[in-house]
Amino acid sequence: MKIRSREYPARARQSGDVRESVTGATLSFDARRRAAFADVAAEDWRHWAEGVKTHLLTHLDRYLEEAETRLTANGAQVHWAGSQEDVHRVLSAIIARRGVRRVVKGKSMLSEELEVNELLERRGVEVLETDLGEYILQLLDQPPSHIVGPAIHLSLDEIRQLYHDVHGTRLDAAPDELARVSREILREAFLAADMGITGGNFLVAETGTVALIENEGNIRLTTSAPAVHVALVGIEKLLPRWSDLAGFLQLTSRAATGQPVGNYVSMIQGPKTAGERDGPEEVHVVLVDNGRSRVLADPEVWEALRCVRCGACLNACPVYRQTGGHAYGAVYSGPIGSVLNPGLAGLHAAMPLPFASSLCGACADACPVRIPIPELLLSWRRRAVDEGLASRGKGALLAAWTAVATRPGLYEAAGRLLHALPDAARRVPLPVVNGWREVRADPQPARDSFRKLWREGIE
Amino acid sequence: MRASLFVTCLGDHFFADAAVSAVRLLRKLGVEVDFPEAQTCCGQPAYNAGHERDARRMAEHTLGVFRESEYVVLPSGSCACMLRRFYAHLFDDDAELSSHAAALAERTFELAEFLIRVLGVTHLGRGLEGRRVAYHHGCHALRELGIREEPLSLLVNAGARVVPWDAAEECCGFGGLFSVSFPQVSAGMADRKLDTLPPAGEVDFVTSADCGCLLQLSGRMQRRGLNLPARHLADVLWEAASEDT
Repeated sequence: MKIRSREYPARARQSGDVRESVTGATLSFDARRRAAFADVAAEDWRHWAEGVKTHLLTHLDRYLEEAETRLTANGAQVHWAGSQEDVHRVLSAIIARRGVRRVVKGKSMLSEELEVNELLERRGVEVLETDLGEYILQLLDQPPSHIVGPAIHLSLDEIRQLYHDVHGTRLDAAPDELARVSREILREAFLAADMGITGGNFLVAETGTVALIENEGNIRLTTSAPAVHVALVGIEKLLPRWSDLAGFLQLTSRAATGQPVGNYVSMIQGPKTAGERDGPEEVHVVLVDNGRSRVLADPEVWEALRCVRCGACLNACPVYRQTGGHAYGAVYSGPIGSVLNPGLAGLHAAMPLPFASSLCGACADACPVRIPIPELLLSWRRRAVDEGLASRGKGALLAAWTAVATRPGLYEAAGRLLHALPDAARRVPLPVVNGWREVRADPQPARDSFRKLWREGIE
Repeated sequence: MRASLFVTCLGDHFFADAAVSAVRLLRKLGVEVDFPEAQTCCGQPAYNAGHERDARRMAEHTLGVFRESEYVVLPSGSCACMLRRFYAHLFDDDAELSSHAAALAERTFELAEFLIRVLGVTHLGRGLEGRRVAYHHGCHALRELGIREEPLSLLVNAGARVVPWDAAEECCGFGGLFSVSFPQVSAGMADRKLDTLPPAGEVDFVTSADCGCLLQLSGRMQRRGLNLPARHLADVLWEAASEDT
């Protein structure tokens, strides 16, 4: 997984131009989620879903083997991939054996994590993203900036300009017209493709069913039109029982887009059987670890693996709203990205993402599987401090503050000094002071401290 | 009834008048207020930055300061949350300190919460008749301690009108050291709060139970040339109680 989070502070500084688009889109997503949660006993659903995923993760070995057995019995081919290289090997072998030239893809964050498009291009395979947002980003050569709405950082006018440049549509074309042009191109591609690649929202161990939620019908076509379908599924995406699926499909849809359920739900158990006219000849399910079992073994952050990738925490996050997803420099952005990336890519590589949060807690309230994101961020912060990765300046300042705040006499003296100093002397150019003054007026200390007023007597 | 005021470091030095108001208000309601002078900082800046050892030292100090207190009342939702919810995490390897922390958590309240949940006071007076108030919910008070209606009802019962504010429950962008580590993001968050306020002339002041949030919002307002007072809730509640009509 490529990660360039070290540039976060600089990118966050320059993200003003996407703020309006991202704020508008996330507020709208978030309002729809709230309304959709209000229509059901959402708290009960969330507790139930947390319990199912926790059970799954604490019995994952068993359910993975059950899933493999069922998928194989259904006629699907199962591949175990520990790393990105393993996934690339699996895909390369299928491409070589089937002589694959053209691939259509459904939206998949895991495929971004695994750099699948780069692999396909290196092997001379033509690849087309078929989710409308992903298709737009492919034209722009940009990564997705949001788990569910990959292009929400773009304004309608930017997309109009792009389509004008690429497809010759009018600069004032209606969104429906842009969608129609896209549909014509994508329809041809579905019919011409040799292979479809998707992710998987869920994989039911009991029945060997890969379930995919979408709104555009492109995943339905990606999984059924080409002769080969490959589903990349993170090992944390399993569900134990068939009876768990209906609840998760609805909860995830409500959390992601506020819909009772997505427009299309595809449930794939295997290739077409004798006598069936439609469907792929081969179905491959790649079970991907790529750092997940390391996260699972981590007693402080394993709960992040309950994530169903609905994006609700991004939509609820006032920090994400300011910058959009690209500032994070990683496939997974927003609150969940800041806890997952250090686990998947290593804390050193993911700095300073665990610190890019005011810990307001809106993410945890929105999360359909109740991941305590602020607690997990704090866990990474503690480790960053322990491993010497956190800001040394701020560490020194906090150490000095601790020395003062654990000695009442010293604290008293420091307080007196604060109130006695002339304004200018309070503006010592410490980084902390500069960080404050850069965007705000200087705070004005009270004329006297409370403790002085207390001693003088309060009427 | 006796309560110790934990004024907090920001309250002590930046909102001293509001803390005086808190004392007057509590006394008026029949509470005997004390002020243990060895108190300093609750340790939250260090805790939130991942400096657990520093946070723990300040927390241990604070546990000692308030060991004998019947109640601890803070004019700060965030610091109240530090004592109530986060101290437990700091001492989970020490049974004795852990039980002290749990006992302190039971006795610790944010001011508005204390008035309603402990004192059972819902009507302070009518001193806010006709005032139009924008209430900023501090994140820790709202989401960690579940304090939502308490301050609003005290304001409304005193005659104030709490104006509708789309972003009332959104973070102001303070977040302790976050505010200086990522100043543009933090300022953008404050701007989102300020830009969703009712237009000038339709609101008299912003209020909140948190000193950090108030410094953030007023600092940003001053920088942008906005002239809306940002007042501490303790001050506003004292006004509510002190002008009986």
